[in-house]
Amino acid sequence: MKLKIKNLHAEITQTGEKILNGVTLTINKGETHAFMGPNGSGKSTLANVLMGNPEYTVTNGSVILNNVEILGLTADERAKLGLFLAFQYPTEIPGVPIRSFLLKAYNAVKSTTISPKQFIKLVDEKAKLVNISDNILKRNLNEGFSGGEKKKLEIMQLAVLSPNFAILDETDSGLDVDALQNVSKAINIVQKDTGTGIILITHYQRILKYIKPDFVHVFKDGKIIKSGDYKLAQKLEQTGYANI
Amino acid sequence: MDKLKQEKQQVKNINSNYALGFSMPEIGTFKTPKGINEKVITQISKQKNEPNWMLEKRLQAFEVFKEKPMPKWGANLSDINFDNFYYYVKPEGRPTKTWDEVPDDIKNTFDKIGIPQAEREYLAGVKSQYDSEVMYGSIKPALEKQGVLFLSFDEALKLHPDIIKQYFGTIIPATDNKFAALNTAVWSGGSFVYVPENVKVNLPLQAYFRINSSNAGQFERTLIIAEKGASVHYTEGCSAPAYSSGSLHSAVVEIIVKENAKVQYTTIQNWYKNVYNLVTKRAIAHKNATMSWVDCNLGSKITMKYPSVYLVGEHAHGEILSIAFAGKGQHQDAGGKIIHNAPNTSSLITSKSICKNGGRSSYRGLLHVAKNAKNSKSKVVCDALILDNKSQTDTYPTMDIKNNKVKIEHEATVSKVSEKQLFYLISRGLSEKEASSLIVNGFIEPIVKELPMEYAVELNRLIKLEMAGSVG
Repeated sequence: MKLKIKNLHAEITQTGEKILNGVTLTINKGETHAFMGPNGSGKSTLANVLMGNPEYTVTNGSVILNNVEILGLTADERAKLGLFLAFQYPTEIPGVPIRSFLLKAYNAVKSTTISPKQFIKLVDEKAKLVNISDNILKRNLNEGFSGGEKKKLEIMQLAVLSPNFAILDETDSGLDVDALQNVSKAINIVQKDTGTGIILITHYQRILKYIKPDFVHVFKDGKIIKSGDYKLAQKLEQTGYANI
Repeated sequence: MDKLKQEKQQVKNINSNYALGFSMPEIGTFKTPKGINEKVITQISKQKNEPNWMLEKRLQAFEVFKEKPMPKWGANLSDINFDNFYYYVKPEGRPTKTWDEVPDDIKNTFDKIGIPQAEREYLAGVKSQYDSEVMYGSIKPALEKQGVLFLSFDEALKLHPDIIKQYFGTIIPATDNKFAALNTAVWSGGSFVYVPENVKVNLPLQAYFRINSSNAGQFERTLIIAEKGASVHYTEGCSAPAYSSGSLHSAVVEIIVKENAKVQYTTIQNWYKNVYNLVTKRAIAHKNATMSWVDCNLGSKITMKYPSVYLVGEHAHGEILSIAFAGKGQHQDAGGKIIHNAPNTSSLITSKSICKNGGRSSYRGLLHVAKNAKNSKSKVVCDALILDNKSQTDTYPTMDIKNNKVKIEHEATVSKVSEKQLFYLISRGLSEKEASSLIVNGFIEPIVKELPMEYAVELNRLIKLEMAGSVG
């Protein structure tokens, strides 16, 4: 199974500002691709465009997931094909309990009806992975959560929904060292168990200590300007983006 | 012919999700002619074989009704034509206490709505009103033995005329407002609840109101008296067929909560979306008493309703929880009033309103703290949620605080369902409809959890139906 991005161009729907300027990349299931690049290079836009956020309009290119062109699909249809986005800034939804939301999401993406008992077991198991307490699980979706709690909950959702491909948008920012280790461990387990293909968007090399990428891409001005392996990330650490 | 087609289309447009929009053939055995005048009022009184003092009250109220101008400060009532309604429609058959005796059409109606099932499962008693008369009523024998009275207002007037005479219109006089005057003039049906000292009614008493006839007005009258230390939860629901021409519902509810007593009054208003719902509700709470209104408005074309609590004894407590949902063509002008008229009283108003598809929701509230109401506390929270750019919400909170030894909190928020929230949920596999209905459910969750389970379920079901129709 592949996620094939070809010559992808996109702009901000409201202003027409061009952000993506021809992204081309193929990701196989089970692979991890790290995306690094300066602020404003379009990494988050790529994440949102892949997931189908209407704030952006695709002007050219194609994205094929498991032989299906997904650019014309709504975000829920993409989720059902096994695409997942862990948000950079997960939004708060007051009054909506985490478990009941996640049950709806699970049944939708898996086209199934899991028994509530089985589901609670599944969620509890995944919550342990990222060290989310029962007290947090009882709360409403991201309501009043700290930045770190929100990020952990995103990865717990990733673990529960076990998608084919996941885009992790700066999941590491806002996490302390312990949380970063927990979250990384969880991501690795999900990948091992389900063979999820991962796009890991990050500013920092530190998460790459725990999650070893198969490929590292440098993103600038809305496209990939250089690709390599883990060594490229190490080089970036020393020289910065300016010298690439 | 075209006009008929048009009207049919209108009915279809107003609400394709309104499951209670069915109608039964009109079976009224007696109907006053269209419009209102002394003769109509006298006919109603005659039909009921009332004492003369009641007829006099009616006629006096009619004078008040004629004098008072249409209220102009709230929703737009200019389309109401008082000559166009039937003010009294008496269904065939007599009021009964056993389900078997209820006429078939009426039985089928209440069956579809689920009244007998609810009665079996979780109610202490029911009263079911069909057009102008209560046609079915029951109460658990154990409560009857303890002296609890749950009667239709007409029965109460026959059986306990002195109590009715003593209290009728004392909390809401006919002069209060135009629609209270109208109700006093043409009232019919409604219920009377009397809970003796220290008797606690553990299960809810329920009234259900159904308008069946086209252009029929419904003007029920309710009086609840909780004696010292008593407690009771009264609930009401309502619906009407999907007719193209509108109906008018104008009720008066008076409640007396005596020392240490507790009354909760829960309404789930689901009138068809062409009914004018103009209701006056007021309670008076004595020393240490607690009165709470839970007022959920989903149906009707226009609702103007502001349940009130007058806190007249020390340490009395008043609560108003208001939920309003305004869809296409609807204006929910709802809220509440609390009058602190004694020291150490406390109150809480929580209002949550939702509007979508061009609907309009208004919160209108009054908080009055009198000079003598020292050390009183009050909190008012009103939140509005707007689902699209076509809809409108407004807030009119009035605070009138006459002494400075009080603690008052007021919070108001207006939020739009944000694109970010929707995208978050949709990206997890939920459809747009599911996502927005989840957000709405989350928004009202703080109120829903205060409701008894059956009502919470019913409210969630109705909101789901409203949301299902929310395309665009």
